[in-house]
Amino acid sequence: MTEPAVADRPAGERIPAIEAVDVSRTYQLDGVSVEALRGVSLTVQPGDYVALVGPSGSGKSTLMHLLGGLDRPTGGRLVIGGRDVNALAPPEMATLRNETIGFVFQAFHLLPRTSAVENVALPLVYRGVSARQRRERAAAMLGRVGLGHRLDHRPNQMSGGEQQRVAIARALVTEPTVLLADEPTGNLDSVTGAAVLELLEQLNAESGVALVMVTHDQEVAARAHRRITMRDGVVVADSADPRSAHDRPPSVDHGRPATLVPAPSAEPRSASGSGPGHPSGGSGGAAGATGRLPREVERPGGTG
Amino acid sequence: MRVAEAWRVALDALRANRLRSALTMLGVIIGVASVVLLVAIGTGTKQKVEQQVEGLGSNLLLVVPGRIEVGNAPVVSPLTLKDVDAVTRVVGDPDRVAVTVASGATARAGARSDFTTVQGVLETTPAVFTRSLARGRYLTGTDVDTSRRVAVLGDSVARALFPDRDPLGQQVALAGVRFRVIGVFAPLGQSLGVDRDDEVHVPVTAAQRLWGTQRVDGIAVKAPDRERIDELGERIVAELNRRHPDTEFSAVTQQQILGVLGDILGVLTGVLAAIAGISLLVGGVGVSNIMLVSVRERTREIGLRKAVGARPRDIGVQFLLEAVLLTTIGGLTGMALGVGTALLVDALSPIPAAITWWSLALAFGVSAVVGIVFGVVPAQRAGRLDPVVALRTE
Repeated sequence: MTEPAVADRPAGERIPAIEAVDVSRTYQLDGVSVEALRGVSLTVQPGDYVALVGPSGSGKSTLMHLLGGLDRPTGGRLVIGGRDVNALAPPEMATLRNETIGFVFQAFHLLPRTSAVENVALPLVYRGVSARQRRERAAAMLGRVGLGHRLDHRPNQMSGGEQQRVAIARALVTEPTVLLADEPTGNLDSVTGAAVLELLEQLNAESGVALVMVTHDQEVAARAHRRITMRDGVVVADSADPRSAHDRPPSVDHGRPATLVPAPSAEPRSASGSGPGHPSGGSGGAAGATGRLPREVERPGGTG
Repeated sequence: MRVAEAWRVALDALRANRLRSALTMLGVIIGVASVVLLVAIGTGTKQKVEQQVEGLGSNLLLVVPGRIEVGNAPVVSPLTLKDVDAVTRVVGDPDRVAVTVASGATARAGARSDFTTVQGVLETTPAVFTRSLARGRYLTGTDVDTSRRVAVLGDSVARALFPDRDPLGQQVALAGVRFRVIGVFAPLGQSLGVDRDDEVHVPVTAAQRLWGTQRVDGIAVKAPDRERIDELGERIVAELNRRHPDTEFSAVTQQQILGVLGDILGVLTGVLAAIAGISLLVGGVGVSNIMLVSVRERTREIGLRKAVGARPRDIGVQFLLEAVLLTTIGGLTGMALGVGTALLVDALSPIPAAITWWSLALAFGVSAVVGIVFGVVPAQRAGRLDPVVALRTE
């Protein structure tokens, strides 16, 4: 373990916001293990603006959940805000999320029948902030996202763009070090989406909160300072962010080379009775015939 | 999360589903209301019986031949007024000793008649049995000593025979023999379905002559104090046994009568409360069921709350409070309903009902406990939900 068990905020520039080393995540589904992530290493520095791209099923969402402390890795080391998540009990994980992470979801996830200001204040409830202070801070945050005039509106009285702004305000009201946005513009039309994106970028630039955004949209991804591309549970490309390249350890800059060993679950399925000439399941060589494997390693600079 | 905050969240959740919350509470309301009502009826009945037994007079000792047990045939009394004199010597105070020789008889006055109980008594009866007169006077020592044919009527008898006349000074025929009415008792009312005003008191000597007997059915003694009442009873029984070696005698106190009656009524009340308690239990199962539905329905909300920093405990407490709120609000409503119904029953029907603080405390406590017990499983389930899975739920 590295020594800073608790993050020292004043020295935040030195300590990575999130550090993942060879992180893997395996699910058990009906007795079959599915490897969603197989050895991902990356570092998010305070103030980063990262786009996480990749096809469906590439492990982006799993990685987001891990980076946000909603889930734990089954292998490797994950340090969020200076704390190793493997050493944390569920209540400590909750506190860690509350203090260091802000989430923005594609579907907004606002509480219905609850005013904008109360939605924004929700994370502060779990921090034990008094009701008056919560309202003050939530109202101020709503002002920053341009909704100072809609404090007491409920989600069903607001447009999609406004709802996402409320969700952004809720994510930032705790002054987290990392803002994780999962397809934040996915449910919005292009104009509204662009405005929300601009807001996120502006907040990232102003407050220094690291912005990690999962997106399908290549245009959106192109605006990020750094792009991490995933496929089949590994990072296949990680463009360096020129702004912070000088103080990032080079060893974790790129994902380590993806292995070409196929997952056991990737074997072709053949009806057991009908293939007498095919006595045993294929080994590594047979996997190539499926057309799904092998993966290619995409080098930085290959996109955009 | 602060407790006040948790209460607010739980209340909001209940308010969001008013109809469902109300229906869920209904099970608890009915359970608690029936517990309160049935315990009130049981307690009321017990209190009324106790009042009536105590209303006989305080520190009373009833001496009768035979053993007082369920199933024993009544014994023909061997007691006479001589035995009464012996008992009086034991007691030491003639004013504390009363007797009765009773028999059914038809009372007539003019064209009206009423079948009633005629009691031959001593002049000490009002002092021993705490009876008061509405009008006229009671029997005197002289009435008893001279077997004077005078009678004191119970309220029912007086109404039956003299509905529109003042009975004082009127003649009344008891078993064909004429007596003069000298007094009317103040009404006592019903006791365990028996009209206690349906009786006529005459001097014991006159009654014995009327029926041609020397016997006395029973002796009642008003003990000077509660402490020595048992010892006094033993001495009286010993004296009577000495005089009548062939007969057993019993001396029972009000406390003993109350004890037996109280036990019976207590068991009855307990059984009623237990039956009502079952419906409260069923109400609790309903709460558990609805809370499970609520957890499932709000899976996404749980996921979101966890994402922004709610600990498993925060979520668990939130749902537990919701369940407890359901049952306690239901419990309070049920208490109000039970008390209201009990008061109505007491006022409008012959069934007595008395509210006791312990039955209210018990009903409220049980409903809160039901909320906790039946809320724990849904609350734990909510607290343990995986936030990743919860957020993905549609």
